[in-house]
Amino acid sequence: MAELNVNIGNLPLKNPVMTASGTFGYGIEYADFMDISRLGGIFVKGTTIQPREGNDYPRMAETPSGMLNAVGLQNKGADYFAEHIYPKIKDIDTNMIVNVSGSSIETYVECAEKIAELDRIPAIELNISCPNVKQGGMAFGVTACGAGEVVKAVRKVYPKTLIVKLSPNVTDIAEIAKAVEAEGADSVSLINTMLGMAIDAEKRKPILSTITGGLSGPCVKPIALRMVWQTYQAVKIPIIGLGGISNWKDAVEFMLAGASAIQIGTYNFVDPTVSIKVIDGLNDYCDRHGFKSVKELTGALNI
Amino acid sequence: MKVTGNYRLHKNYCLLKLTSDENLPEMFPGQFVEVRVENSPTTFLRRPISVNYVDKSKNELWLLIQLVGDGTRKMSEFRLGEIVNIMLPLGNGFTMPSKEQKNKKLLLIGGGVGTAPMLYLGACLKEAGFEPTFLLGARSKDDVLQLNEFQEFGTVYITTEDGSLGEKGYVTDHTILKEVCFDQIYTCGPKPMMMAVARYARAKAISCEVSLENMMACGLGACLCCVEKNKEGHNVCVCTEGPVFNIENLSWQS
Repeated sequence: MAELNVNIGNLPLKNPVMTASGTFGYGIEYADFMDISRLGGIFVKGTTIQPREGNDYPRMAETPSGMLNAVGLQNKGADYFAEHIYPKIKDIDTNMIVNVSGSSIETYVECAEKIAELDRIPAIELNISCPNVKQGGMAFGVTACGAGEVVKAVRKVYPKTLIVKLSPNVTDIAEIAKAVEAEGADSVSLINTMLGMAIDAEKRKPILSTITGGLSGPCVKPIALRMVWQTYQAVKIPIIGLGGISNWKDAVEFMLAGASAIQIGTYNFVDPTVSIKVIDGLNDYCDRHGFKSVKELTGALNI
Repeated sequence: MKVTGNYRLHKNYCLLKLTSDENLPEMFPGQFVEVRVENSPTTFLRRPISVNYVDKSKNELWLLIQLVGDGTRKMSEFRLGEIVNIMLPLGNGFTMPSKEQKNKKLLLIGGGVGTAPMLYLGACLKEAGFEPTFLLGARSKDDVLQLNEFQEFGTVYITTEDGSLGEKGYVTDHTILKEVCFDQIYTCGPKPMMMAVARYARAKAISCEVSLENMMACGLGACLCCVEKNKEGHNVCVCTEGPVFNIENLSWQS
């Protein structure tokens, strides 16, 4: 048995395997299928200070080895989360991390302040990379200046572990990562979805109500892996890698590229228990290769 | 579950019979399952398929598949003995009338592959002592599926768009709707058909439940892709709040 525990800043994880925001609900939706407390963490659905209805249907389109989504941050708002959802999830024995989104610096700050009051939420993931909302979201995440500004403002009001989720829809992701590190982020998670599009040739119409949407799933994995590797060269803070992970081998690859922990997203829809299989597979891999701790994998790429 | 039957009912439809070694959990009419199609990059997500029939004595589940794309085509090629990964049961079923309502006149309207859940609903209603009436709509007589099975559970009326079987036209044109005053309607089919049925039910003040088939990914209420607007105008997940809705709880007005 290898040691599987890792740290993201000051936040200890029992293992590096977590589930990505928007793909695992609030965790409880999956409790019938698995022991969710075995996970290193659960990133719950994107939360905004005000409730959001999200985008119109249709919101998804399947693609080869992946899917596009355009949910648009549907959620009932931070107050509803605190009053109705938090009580149901606060005693789950893993790190429950809230993905925080906004449409202006003020709304990011307000939402982070609200979530900071919740004792059993040890970290937030600042979503500056959602491609599916017109205002804010990705607008902050595509320039180093915008990303730095929002992280600086949230850092002032949020004392716990601050993870910043980066957009792949940029020229140089490492530059954005450096900017958020400089403003005090404890960690970066990458990648969010890639902007894509699907068309119904017969109807000559876009499939998604928003025309464009976010691409995820195994099809984006090589891009995500490359971005984790580039970011690893550029920053000292721990990286949480995600993008198309569907088995333990993918998880190992992300860690070798420089990730300290990983998230599993879209593949939860295909196999709700995939994250548990990845935890077991990581352990077997470490044993097989003589690693005493999974931490030794981070950046252990032989070049 | 193991594939124990795969019948091509028509060039565009197949009936899969799947058997479990263990006792199947109780499944209610209107619920659905999510089928994984392995080793197919173009079929990344599971396919939501409604329960067509359950033979509890054999732990056998029937799925009626319309071949619309790569996923359903691959499902039609499942071989006997093959093990298929299925999540079940998912969603909420139709509301069964209470035992005191034995004389209630129940109409089950299915269109196209939307007839699938109506068979299991009819079977359960018959078992509970009701006498369901079926109204099935199809393009032409070859598209009318499982007619013998439906006739086992109740009276069947048919409409076809080309008039090759039953009355010509859409289900909402059928004369039975003018002749009999039903107390409850259950329906599943193409959305324009369900909306037309809902308009009819509203006009006659008949209680009506519809089973929606919005595109979905997770089937568990996590991804929020399959939403429909409820009567308050809020987006709700078809997979967990539905797929069966009373029309009064939806914002369908048009």
